[in-house]
Amino acid sequence: MQKIKENIYRYIFAVLAFASIIFLVGITITLFKEGMPLFKEIPFKNFIFGRDWYPTYDPPDYGALPLISASVFVTLGALFVCIPLGIGSALYINEIAGYKQKSILKPLIEILAGIPSVVYGFFGMVIVAPFVQKIFNLPTGLTAFTGSLILGIMATPTVTSLTEDALSFVPNSFREASMAVGANRWQTLVKVVIPAAGSGISTAVILGISRAIGETMTVLMVTGGSAVIPKSFFQPVRPMTATIAAEMGETVVGSLHYHSLFAIGLILFVITLFFNIIAEFIISRYRLKLGAGR
Amino acid sequence: MDKHEVQIRVSNLNFFYGKTCALKNINMDIYKKKITAIIGPSGCGKSTLIRLFNRMNDLVLNSRVEGHIYIDGEDILSAKTDVVELRRKVGMVFQKPNPFPKSIYRNISYGLEVNNVKNKKYIEEKVIDSLKNSALWEEVKDRLNESALMLSGGQQQRLCIARCLAVEPEVILFDEPCASLDPISTRKIEELITELKKQYTIVIVTHNMQQAARVSDYTAFLYLGELVEYGTTEKLFTVPENPKTEEYLSGKFG
Repeated sequence: MQKIKENIYRYIFAVLAFASIIFLVGITITLFKEGMPLFKEIPFKNFIFGRDWYPTYDPPDYGALPLISASVFVTLGALFVCIPLGIGSALYINEIAGYKQKSILKPLIEILAGIPSVVYGFFGMVIVAPFVQKIFNLPTGLTAFTGSLILGIMATPTVTSLTEDALSFVPNSFREASMAVGANRWQTLVKVVIPAAGSGISTAVILGISRAIGETMTVLMVTGGSAVIPKSFFQPVRPMTATIAAEMGETVVGSLHYHSLFAIGLILFVITLFFNIIAEFIISRYRLKLGAGR
Repeated sequence: MDKHEVQIRVSNLNFFYGKTCALKNINMDIYKKKITAIIGPSGCGKSTLIRLFNRMNDLVLNSRVEGHIYIDGEDILSAKTDVVELRRKVGMVFQKPNPFPKSIYRNISYGLEVNNVKNKKYIEEKVIDSLKNSALWEEVKDRLNESALMLSGGQQQRLCIARCLAVEPEVILFDEPCASLDPISTRKIEELITELKKQYTIVIVTHNMQQAARVSDYTAFLYLGELVEYGTTEKLFTVPENPKTEEYLSGKFG
Protein backbone atom coordinates (compact mmCIF):
# COMPACT_ATOMS: atom_id res chain seq x y z
CA MET A 1 0.00 0.00 0.00
CA GLN A 2 2.76 2.35 1.04
CA LYS A 3 4.58 1.49 -2.13
CA ILE A 4 1.65 2.31 -4.40
CA LYS A 5 1.22 5.63 -2.64
CA GLU A 6 4.85 6.45 -3.13
CA ASN A 7 4.65 5.54 -6.80
CA ILE A 8 1.64 7.77 -7.29
CA TYR A 9 3.52 10.73 -5.86
CA ARG A 10 6.41 9.89 -8.07
CA TYR A 11 4.32 9.89 -11.21
CA ILE A 12 2.53 13.08 -10.30
CA PHE A 13 5.80 14.94 -9.93
CA ALA A 14 7.28 13.31 -13.01
CA VAL A 15 4.32 14.53 -15.07
CA LEU A 16 4.72 18.04 -13.67
CA ALA A 17 8.44 18.02 -14.43
CA PHE A 18 7.96 16.82 -17.98
CA ALA A 19 5.08 19.21 -18.64
CA SER A 20 7.48 22.06 -19.30
CA ILE A 21 9.22 19.98 -21.93
CA ILE A 22 5.88 19.31 -23.60
CA PHE A 23 5.18 23.05 -23.69
CA LEU A 24 8.61 23.80 -25.08
CA VAL A 25 8.24 21.21 -27.82
CA GLY A 26 4.71 22.40 -28.57
CA ILE A 27 5.76 26.01 -28.92
CA THR A 28 8.73 25.13 -31.08
CA ILE A 29 6.61 23.02 -33.41
CA THR A 30 3.96 25.74 -33.72
CA LEU A 31 6.59 28.38 -34.48
CA PHE A 32 8.08 26.26 -37.25
CA LYS A 33 4.73 25.12 -38.61
CA GLU A 34 3.34 28.64 -38.85
CA GLY A 35 6.58 30.42 -39.72
CA MET A 36 8.01 28.19 -42.43
CA PRO A 37 5.20 28.66 -45.02
CA LEU A 38 6.42 32.24 -45.51
CA PHE A 39 9.66 31.00 -46.99
CA LYS A 40 7.79 29.19 -49.74
CA GLU A 41 6.70 32.59 -51.04
CA ILE A 42 9.63 34.71 -49.96
CA PRO A 43 13.18 33.37 -49.90
CA PHE A 44 14.76 33.34 -46.45
CA LYS A 45 17.51 35.73 -47.56
CA ASN A 46 15.03 38.29 -48.87
CA PHE A 47 13.14 38.11 -45.62
CA ILE A 48 16.17 38.64 -43.39
CA PHE A 49 17.89 41.27 -45.53
CA GLY A 50 14.84 42.95 -47.06
CA ARG A 51 14.90 46.65 -46.27
CA ASP A 52 11.18 47.34 -46.45
CA TRP A 53 8.47 46.19 -44.10
CA TYR A 54 5.09 47.06 -45.63
CA PRO A 55 2.96 44.00 -44.90
CA THR A 56 -0.36 45.73 -45.63
CA TYR A 57 0.56 47.41 -48.91
CA ASP A 58 -0.35 46.05 -52.29
CA PRO A 59 1.87 44.33 -53.19
CA PRO A 60 3.18 43.82 -49.66
CA ASP A 61 6.85 43.90 -48.65
CA TYR A 62 8.18 41.50 -46.06
CA GLY A 63 11.71 42.67 -45.38
CA ALA A 64 12.54 42.15 -41.72
CA LEU A 65 15.84 44.02 -41.64
CA PRO A 66 14.33 47.21 -40.14
CA LEU A 67 12.80 45.15 -37.33
CA ILE A 68 15.90 43.06 -36.70
CA SER A 69 18.20 46.09 -36.73
CA ALA A 70 15.81 47.92 -34.40
CA SER A 71 16.03 45.04 -31.94
CA VAL A 72 19.80 44.99 -32.20
CA PHE A 73 19.97 48.77 -31.70
CA VAL A 74 17.71 48.82 -28.70
CA THR A 75 19.37 45.81 -27.10
CA LEU A 76 22.87 47.16 -27.60
CA GLY A 77 21.78 50.45 -26.11
CA ALA A 78 20.27 48.61 -23.16
CA LEU A 79 23.63 46.92 -22.59
CA PHE A 80 25.25 50.30 -22.06
CA VAL A 81 22.80 50.86 -19.24
CA CYS A 82 22.51 47.44 -17.62
CA ILE A 83 26.20 46.45 -17.67
CA PRO A 84 27.54 49.39 -15.65
CA LEU A 85 24.44 49.56 -13.46
CA GLY A 86 24.13 45.83 -12.90
CA ILE A 87 27.77 44.93 -12.44
CA GLY A 88 28.50 48.11 -10.53
CA SER A 89 25.76 47.55 -8.02
CA ALA A 90 26.68 43.87 -7.63
CA LEU A 91 30.28 44.82 -6.91
CA TYR A 92 29.17 47.38 -4.40
CA ILE A 93 26.74 45.04 -2.68
CA ASN A 94 29.10 42.10 -2.51
CA GLU A 95 32.49 43.68 -2.00
CA ILE A 96 32.10 47.10 -0.46
CA ALA A 97 28.76 47.54 1.30
CA GLY A 98 28.47 46.63 4.94
CA TYR A 99 26.00 44.08 6.17
CA LYS A 100 23.29 46.66 6.79
CA GLN A 101 23.40 48.30 3.35
CA LYS A 102 23.52 44.89 1.74
CA SER A 103 20.38 43.74 3.50
CA ILE A 104 18.53 46.82 2.22
CA LEU A 105 19.94 47.05 -1.31
CA LYS A 106 19.61 43.44 -2.34
CA PRO A 107 15.85 43.01 -1.84
CA LEU A 108 15.21 46.45 -3.30
CA ILE A 109 16.94 45.55 -6.54
CA GLU A 110 14.98 42.34 -6.66
CA ILE A 111 11.73 44.29 -6.33
CA LEU A 112 12.78 46.13 -9.50
CA ALA A 113 12.57 42.76 -11.27
CA GLY A 114 9.03 42.27 -10.06
CA ILE A 115 7.52 45.41 -11.57
CA PRO A 116 5.26 44.52 -14.53
CA SER A 117 6.72 45.56 -17.87
CA VAL A 118 3.63 47.57 -18.77
CA VAL A 119 4.40 49.79 -15.78
CA TYR A 120 7.89 50.37 -17.11
CA GLY A 121 6.39 51.18 -20.48
CA PHE A 122 3.98 53.60 -18.90
CA PHE A 123 6.76 55.25 -16.94
CA GLY A 124 8.83 55.48 -20.13
CA MET A 125 6.00 57.05 -22.12
CA VAL A 126 4.85 59.57 -19.57
CA ILE A 127 8.08 60.57 -17.84
CA VAL A 128 11.16 59.53 -19.78
CA ALA A 129 10.01 60.22 -23.34
CA PRO A 130 9.04 63.89 -22.85
CA PHE A 131 12.27 64.36 -20.95
CA VAL A 132 14.33 62.85 -23.80
CA GLN A 133 12.43 64.95 -26.33
CA LYS A 134 13.17 68.14 -24.43
CA ILE A 135 16.84 67.47 -23.69
CA PHE A 136 17.82 66.40 -27.20
CA ASN A 137 15.32 68.68 -28.92
CA LEU A 138 13.65 65.91 -30.95
CA PRO A 139 10.34 65.78 -32.81
CA THR A 140 9.31 62.85 -30.59
CA GLY A 141 10.61 61.33 -27.36
CA LEU A 142 9.61 57.82 -28.38
CA THR A 143 12.97 56.68 -29.75
CA ALA A 144 15.41 53.78 -29.71
CA PHE A 145 17.31 55.68 -27.02
CA THR A 146 14.29 55.84 -24.74
CA GLY A 147 13.67 52.13 -25.28
CA SER A 148 17.29 51.32 -24.50
CA LEU A 149 17.16 53.31 -21.30
CA ILE A 150 14.05 51.60 -19.99
CA LEU A 151 15.09 48.13 -21.17
CA GLY A 152 18.47 48.62 -19.57
CA ILE A 153 16.87 49.40 -16.24
CA MET A 154 14.62 46.38 -16.62
CA ALA A 155 17.53 44.05 -17.31
CA THR A 156 19.59 45.43 -14.44
CA PRO A 157 18.14 43.21 -11.68
CA THR A 158 18.95 40.10 -13.74
CA VAL A 159 22.52 41.23 -14.27
CA THR A 160 22.92 42.34 -10.66
CA SER A 161 21.70 39.20 -8.99
CA LEU A 162 23.58 36.83 -11.32
CA THR A 163 26.78 38.86 -10.99
CA GLU A 164 26.33 38.92 -7.26
CA ASP A 165 26.01 35.13 -7.22
CA ALA A 166 29.20 34.84 -9.25
CA LEU A 167 31.08 37.14 -6.87
CA SER A 168 29.94 35.36 -3.75
CA PHE A 169 31.08 32.12 -5.39
CA VAL A 170 34.67 33.42 -5.31
CA PRO A 171 36.19 31.93 -2.16
CA ASN A 172 37.23 34.40 0.50
CA SER A 173 40.63 32.75 0.66
CA PHE A 174 41.45 34.39 -2.71
CA ARG A 175 40.77 37.80 -1.24
CA GLU A 176 42.87 37.03 1.83
CA ALA A 177 45.74 35.71 -0.25
CA SER A 178 45.74 38.86 -2.32
CA MET A 179 45.64 41.19 0.69
CA ALA A 180 48.40 39.19 2.37
CA VAL A 181 50.94 40.02 -0.33
CA GLY A 182 50.17 43.71 0.01
CA ALA A 183 47.43 44.27 -2.57
CA ASN A 184 44.86 46.89 -1.68
CA ARG A 185 41.14 46.38 -1.95
CA TRP A 186 40.86 47.79 -5.44
CA GLN A 187 43.71 45.66 -6.82
CA THR A 188 42.20 42.60 -5.18
CA LEU A 189 38.88 43.34 -6.80
CA VAL A 190 40.21 44.02 -10.28
CA LYS A 191 43.01 41.47 -10.46
CA VAL A 192 41.65 38.55 -8.47
CA VAL A 193 37.94 38.68 -7.72
CA ILE A 194 36.61 39.88 -11.06
CA PRO A 195 38.75 37.51 -13.17
CA ALA A 196 37.76 34.61 -10.92
CA ALA A 197 34.11 35.53 -11.32
CA GLY A 198 34.61 36.47 -14.99
CA SER A 199 32.67 33.69 -16.62
CA GLY A 200 29.86 34.09 -14.13
CA ILE A 201 29.70 37.78 -14.92
CA SER A 202 29.62 37.18 -18.66
CA THR A 203 26.79 34.71 -18.13
CA ALA A 204 24.92 37.41 -16.24
CA VAL A 205 25.38 39.82 -19.13
CA ILE A 206 24.28 37.27 -21.73
CA LEU A 207 21.13 36.43 -19.80
CA GLY A 208 20.54 40.17 -19.42
CA ILE A 209 20.73 40.50 -23.20
CA SER A 210 18.29 37.72 -23.80
CA ARG A 211 15.94 39.30 -21.28
CA ALA A 212 16.19 42.63 -23.11
CA ILE A 213 15.80 41.26 -26.62
CA GLY A 214 12.64 39.35 -25.77
CA GLU A 215 10.94 42.18 -23.90
CA THR A 216 7.79 43.29 -25.69
CA MET A 217 5.37 45.53 -23.87
CA THR A 218 7.88 48.20 -22.94
CA VAL A 219 9.42 48.54 -26.39
CA LEU A 220 5.98 48.58 -27.95
CA MET A 221 5.09 51.55 -25.78
CA VAL A 222 8.27 53.61 -25.88
CA THR A 223 10.16 53.03 -29.13
CA GLY A 224 7.77 54.86 -31.42
CA GLY A 225 6.97 52.01 -33.80
CA SER A 226 8.29 53.18 -37.15
CA ALA A 227 9.60 50.32 -39.25
CA VAL A 228 12.64 51.88 -40.87
CA ILE A 229 16.27 50.94 -40.53
CA PRO A 230 17.56 53.18 -37.73
CA LYS A 231 20.39 55.58 -38.54
CA SER A 232 20.70 56.98 -35.04
CA PHE A 233 19.58 56.24 -31.52
CA PHE A 234 17.31 59.24 -31.57
CA GLN A 235 14.69 58.10 -34.02
CA PRO A 236 11.61 55.94 -33.60
CA VAL A 237 12.12 52.25 -34.31
CA ARG A 238 10.07 49.08 -34.31
CA PRO A 239 11.80 46.05 -32.77
CA MET A 240 10.72 42.50 -33.64
CA THR A 241 8.73 41.88 -30.49
CA ALA A 242 6.78 45.11 -30.81
CA THR A 243 5.95 44.27 -34.42
CA ILE A 244 4.46 40.93 -33.50
CA ALA A 245 2.44 42.39 -30.66
CA ALA A 246 1.17 45.32 -32.69
CA GLU A 247 0.27 43.48 -35.88
CA MET A 248 -0.86 40.04 -34.81
CA GLY A 249 -4.35 41.27 -33.95
CA GLU A 250 -4.93 42.68 -37.41
CA THR A 251 -3.81 39.80 -39.58
CA VAL A 252 -5.97 37.19 -41.20
CA VAL A 253 -5.10 33.73 -39.86
CA GLY A 254 -3.22 31.81 -42.53
CA SER A 255 -2.30 34.87 -44.57
CA LEU A 256 1.23 35.66 -45.60
CA HIS A 257 1.40 38.49 -43.08
CA TYR A 258 0.36 36.03 -40.36
CA HIS A 259 3.09 33.62 -41.36
CA SER A 260 5.65 36.41 -41.54
CA LEU A 261 4.94 37.36 -37.91
CA PHE A 262 5.54 33.75 -36.89
CA ALA A 263 8.76 33.83 -38.87
CA ILE A 264 9.87 36.84 -36.83
CA GLY A 265 8.96 34.91 -33.69
CA LEU A 266 11.09 32.06 -34.96
CA ILE A 267 14.08 34.36 -35.40
CA LEU A 268 13.63 35.73 -31.89
CA PHE A 269 13.36 32.22 -30.54
CA VAL A 270 16.57 31.16 -32.25
CA ILE A 271 18.42 34.26 -30.98
CA THR A 272 17.41 33.81 -27.35
CA LEU A 273 18.02 30.07 -27.55
CA PHE A 274 21.49 30.81 -28.85
CA PHE A 275 22.26 33.18 -25.98
CA ASN A 276 20.91 30.77 -23.40
CA ILE A 277 22.99 27.93 -24.77
CA ILE A 278 26.12 30.06 -24.61
CA ALA A 279 25.29 31.00 -21.03
CA GLU A 280 24.74 27.34 -20.08
CA PHE A 281 28.02 26.41 -21.71
CA ILE A 282 29.95 29.07 -19.81
CA ILE A 283 28.31 28.10 -16.53
CA SER A 284 29.27 24.46 -16.91
CA ARG A 285 32.87 25.30 -17.74
CA TYR A 286 33.08 27.82 -14.95
CA ARG A 287 31.95 25.36 -12.29
CA LEU A 288 34.61 22.90 -13.37
CA LYS A 289 37.32 25.53 -13.28
CA LEU A 290 36.68 26.86 -9.80
CA GLY A 291 35.68 23.41 -8.58
CA ALA A 292 39.29 22.31 -8.40
CA GLY A 293 40.28 25.44 -6.53
CA ARG A 294 37.80 25.17 -3.74
CA MET B 1 66.04 33.76 26.50
CA ASP B 2 66.43 37.42 25.66
CA LYS B 3 69.89 37.19 24.20
CA HIS B 4 68.26 37.33 20.73
CA GLU B 5 67.03 40.35 18.88
CA VAL B 6 63.30 41.00 19.23
CA GLN B 7 61.30 41.27 15.99
CA ILE B 8 57.75 41.36 17.30
CA ARG B 9 56.79 42.61 20.75
CA VAL B 10 53.23 42.02 21.91
CA SER B 11 52.23 44.23 24.80
CA ASN B 12 49.02 44.09 26.88
CA LEU B 13 47.04 42.84 23.91
CA ASN B 14 43.29 42.27 24.14
CA PHE B 15 41.03 41.34 21.26
CA PHE B 16 37.26 41.20 21.13
CA TYR B 17 34.82 39.71 18.67
CA GLY B 18 31.73 41.70 19.49
CA LYS B 19 31.60 41.37 23.27
CA THR B 20 33.51 38.11 23.62
CA CYS B 21 37.12 38.54 24.54
CA ALA B 22 39.19 36.30 22.28
CA LEU B 23 42.64 37.31 23.54
CA LYS B 24 43.36 38.38 27.12
CA ASN B 25 46.30 40.50 28.05
CA ILE B 26 48.93 38.85 25.87
CA ASN B 27 52.57 39.82 26.38
CA MET B 28 55.31 38.11 24.41
CA ASP B 29 58.49 38.76 22.43
CA ILE B 30 59.11 36.99 19.16
CA TYR B 31 62.73 36.72 18.10
CA LYS B 32 64.40 37.46 14.80
CA LYS B 33 65.24 34.50 12.56
CA LYS B 34 63.76 31.99 14.96
CA ILE B 35 60.75 29.79 14.61
CA THR B 36 58.06 30.45 17.18
CA ALA B 37 55.23 27.99 17.41
CA ILE B 38 51.86 28.84 18.92
CA ILE B 39 49.98 25.80 20.14
CA GLY B 40 46.71 25.25 21.91
CA PRO B 41 43.31 23.61 21.46
CA SER B 42 40.88 24.79 18.78
CA GLY B 43 39.33 28.15 19.50
CA CYS B 44 42.06 29.24 21.93
CA GLY B 45 42.85 32.32 19.86
CA LYS B 46 46.07 31.24 18.13
CA SER B 47 44.91 32.15 14.63
CA THR B 48 43.38 35.37 15.91
CA LEU B 49 46.73 36.30 17.41
CA ILE B 50 48.85 35.82 14.31
CA ARG B 51 46.26 37.40 12.06
CA LEU B 52 46.82 40.55 14.09
CA PHE B 53 50.50 40.59 13.13
CA ASN B 54 49.62 41.49 9.53
CA ARG B 55 46.31 43.16 10.36
CA MET B 56 44.35 40.45 8.55
CA ASN B 57 41.66 40.85 11.19
CA ASP B 58 40.87 44.27 9.75
CA LEU B 59 38.58 42.31 7.45
CA VAL B 60 36.57 40.96 10.38
CA LEU B 61 33.52 43.05 11.08
CA ASN B 62 32.62 44.03 14.59
CA SER B 63 36.00 43.33 16.16
CA ARG B 64 38.04 45.49 18.49
CA VAL B 65 41.64 45.45 19.62
CA GLU B 66 43.42 46.99 22.60
CA GLY B 67 47.11 47.13 23.41
CA HIS B 68 50.17 47.23 21.19
CA ILE B 69 52.10 45.09 18.77
CA TYR B 70 55.53 46.48 17.91
CA ILE B 71 57.31 45.16 14.85
CA ASP B 72 60.87 46.48 14.73
CA GLY B 73 59.80 49.03 17.29
CA GLU B 74 56.83 50.38 15.36
CA ASP B 75 53.32 50.03 16.69
CA ILE B 76 51.49 48.33 13.82
CA LEU B 77 48.08 48.63 15.47
CA SER B 78 48.17 52.41 15.29
CA ALA B 79 45.87 54.06 12.79
CA LYS B 80 48.88 55.56 11.01
CA THR B 81 50.26 52.19 9.94
CA ASP B 82 50.45 51.62 6.20
CA VAL B 83 48.73 48.24 6.07
CA VAL B 84 49.91 47.48 2.55
CA GLU B 85 53.51 48.13 3.60
CA LEU B 86 53.04 46.00 6.69
CA ARG B 87 51.64 43.05 4.77
CA ARG B 88 54.56 43.12 2.40
CA LYS B 89 56.90 42.94 5.36
CA VAL B 90 54.86 40.32 7.20
CA GLY B 91 53.83 37.55 4.79
CA MET B 92 51.28 34.88 5.48
CA VAL B 93 50.61 31.30 4.45
CA PHE B 94 47.11 30.05 5.12
CA GLN B 95 45.55 26.90 6.45
CA LYS B 96 44.16 25.76 3.12
CA PRO B 97 46.37 26.20 0.06
CA ASN B 98 44.81 29.15 -1.76
CA PRO B 99 46.56 29.72 -5.09
CA PHE B 100 44.78 32.08 -7.46
CA PRO B 101 43.11 30.49 -10.50
CA LYS B 102 46.00 31.81 -12.60
CA SER B 103 49.16 30.28 -13.98
CA ILE B 104 51.96 29.18 -11.66
CA TYR B 105 54.06 32.07 -12.88
CA ARG B 106 51.34 34.68 -12.40
CA ASN B 107 50.59 33.43 -8.91
CA ILE B 108 54.08 34.45 -7.84
CA SER B 109 54.47 37.56 -9.97
CA TYR B 110 51.16 38.86 -8.59
CA GLY B 111 52.64 40.19 -5.36
CA LEU B 112 55.27 42.12 -7.30
CA GLU B 113 52.75 43.50 -9.78
CA VAL B 114 50.43 44.85 -7.12
CA ASN B 115 53.43 46.49 -5.49
CA ASN B 116 54.21 48.30 -8.73
CA VAL B 117 57.29 46.38 -9.77
CA LYS B 118 57.47 46.92 -13.54
CA ASN B 119 60.85 45.45 -14.48
CA LYS B 120 60.02 42.20 -16.34
CA LYS B 121 63.49 40.79 -15.95
CA TYR B 122 63.51 41.36 -12.22
CA ILE B 123 60.08 39.77 -11.89
CA GLU B 124 61.19 36.71 -13.78
CA GLU B 125 64.30 36.29 -11.64
CA LYS B 126 62.23 36.74 -8.51
CA VAL B 127 59.71 34.10 -9.62
CA ILE B 128 62.48 31.58 -10.26
CA ASP B 129 64.22 32.45 -7.00
CA SER B 130 61.06 32.09 -5.00
CA LEU B 131 60.25 28.75 -6.58
CA LYS B 132 63.75 27.51 -5.81
CA ASN B 133 63.55 28.72 -2.23
CA SER B 134 60.23 27.02 -1.74
CA ALA B 135 61.65 23.74 -3.13
CA LEU B 136 59.12 23.68 -5.95
CA TRP B 137 61.31 24.68 -8.90
CA GLU B 138 62.32 21.18 -9.98
CA GLU B 139 58.71 20.04 -10.10
CA VAL B 140 57.27 22.93 -12.06
CA LYS B 141 60.08 24.49 -14.11
CA ASP B 142 58.69 23.14 -17.38
CA ARG B 143 55.12 24.24 -16.83
CA LEU B 144 55.16 27.71 -15.36
CA ASN B 145 52.27 28.74 -17.60
CA GLU B 146 49.96 25.97 -16.50
CA SER B 147 47.17 26.69 -14.08
CA ALA B 148 48.21 26.52 -10.44
CA LEU B 149 45.06 24.53 -9.77
CA MET B 150 46.62 21.56 -11.57
CA LEU B 151 49.15 21.12 -8.75
CA SER B 152 48.67 18.74 -5.83
CA GLY B 153 47.69 20.11 -2.42
CA GLY B 154 51.26 19.98 -1.10
CA GLN B 155 52.63 21.63 -4.23
CA GLN B 156 49.95 24.30 -4.02
CA GLN B 157 50.97 25.06 -0.45
CA ARG B 158 54.61 25.41 -1.48
CA LEU B 159 53.46 27.68 -4.30
CA CYS B 160 51.71 29.81 -1.70
CA ILE B 161 54.97 29.96 0.23
CA ALA B 162 56.78 31.00 -2.96
CA ARG B 163 54.16 33.69 -3.56
CA CYS B 164 54.82 34.98 -0.08
CA LEU B 165 58.64 34.90 -0.51
CA ALA B 166 58.52 36.85 -3.77
CA VAL B 167 57.65 40.13 -2.04
CA GLU B 168 60.67 39.73 0.28
CA PRO B 169 59.01 39.72 3.68
CA GLU B 170 60.97 39.74 6.93
CA VAL B 171 58.43 37.74 8.87
CA ILE B 172 56.36 34.82 7.63
CA LEU B 173 53.23 33.77 9.45
CA PHE B 174 52.05 30.20 8.96
CA ASP B 175 48.46 29.56 9.97
CA GLU B 176 48.28 25.76 10.34
CA PRO B 177 49.98 25.28 6.98
CA CYS B 178 49.74 21.51 7.04
CA ALA B 179 46.20 21.12 8.31
CA SER B 180 44.90 19.87 4.95
CA LEU B 181 47.99 18.01 3.75
CA ASP B 182 49.09 14.36 3.81
CA PRO B 183 52.10 13.26 5.93
CA ILE B 184 54.61 13.35 3.07
CA SER B 185 53.63 16.85 1.98
CA THR B 186 53.64 17.88 5.62
CA ARG B 187 57.20 16.70 6.01
CA LYS B 188 58.30 18.63 2.96
CA ILE B 189 56.71 21.81 4.28
CA GLU B 190 58.33 21.30 7.69
CA GLU B 191 61.75 20.85 6.11
CA LEU B 192 61.13 23.98 4.09
CA ILE B 193 60.16 25.98 7.16
CA THR B 194 63.32 24.90 8.96
CA GLU B 195 65.31 25.96 5.92
CA LEU B 196 63.57 29.35 5.73
CA LYS B 197 64.57 30.16 9.31
CA LYS B 198 68.01 31.22 8.07
CA GLN B 199 66.51 34.27 6.42
CA TYR B 200 63.14 34.91 7.98
CA THR B 201 61.44 35.25 11.31
CA ILE B 202 58.77 32.60 11.42
CA VAL B 203 55.63 32.28 13.49
CA ILE B 204 53.68 29.08 13.04
CA VAL B 205 50.29 28.25 14.47
CA THR B 206 49.63 24.56 14.80
CA HIS B 207 47.38 22.25 16.75
CA ASN B 208 49.87 19.50 16.11
CA MET B 209 52.16 19.38 19.14
CA GLN B 210 54.67 17.08 17.47
CA GLN B 211 54.99 19.54 14.66
CA ALA B 212 55.73 22.35 17.09
CA ALA B 213 58.32 20.18 18.83
CA ARG B 214 59.96 19.22 15.53
CA VAL B 215 60.33 22.62 13.91
CA SER B 216 60.26 25.40 16.48
CA ASP B 217 62.80 27.14 18.69
CA TYR B 218 60.21 28.76 20.93
CA THR B 219 56.74 27.64 21.80
CA ALA B 220 53.81 29.53 23.22
CA PHE B 221 50.87 27.69 24.73
CA LEU B 222 47.59 29.54 24.41
CA TYR B 223 44.46 28.44 26.24
CA LEU B 224 41.08 30.20 26.22
CA GLY B 225 42.65 33.39 24.95
CA GLU B 226 45.38 33.51 27.58
CA LEU B 227 49.07 32.95 27.13
CA VAL B 228 49.62 30.18 29.64
CA GLU B 229 53.29 29.56 29.02
CA TYR B 230 55.97 30.76 26.66
CA GLY B 231 59.59 29.64 26.45
CA THR B 232 62.09 27.63 24.50
CA THR B 233 60.53 24.63 22.85
CA GLU B 234 62.93 22.33 24.64
CA LYS B 235 61.97 23.60 28.06
CA LEU B 236 58.25 23.82 27.39
CA PHE B 237 58.05 20.28 26.16
CA THR B 238 60.31 18.72 28.80
CA VAL B 239 59.84 20.70 32.00
CA PRO B 240 56.73 22.88 31.60
CA GLU B 241 56.25 25.32 34.47
CA ASN B 242 52.49 25.54 34.37
CA PRO B 243 50.49 22.41 35.29
CA LYS B 244 47.96 23.34 32.58
CA THR B 245 50.67 23.09 29.93
CA GLU B 246 51.67 19.69 31.17
CA GLU B 247 48.09 18.48 31.08
CA TYR B 248 47.67 19.68 27.50
CA LEU B 249 50.95 18.17 26.34
CA SER B 250 50.10 14.84 27.86
CA GLY B 251 46.77 14.86 26.08
CA LYS B 252 44.45 15.30 29.07
CA PHE B 253 42.40 17.87 27.11
CA GLY B 254 42.48 19.62 23.78
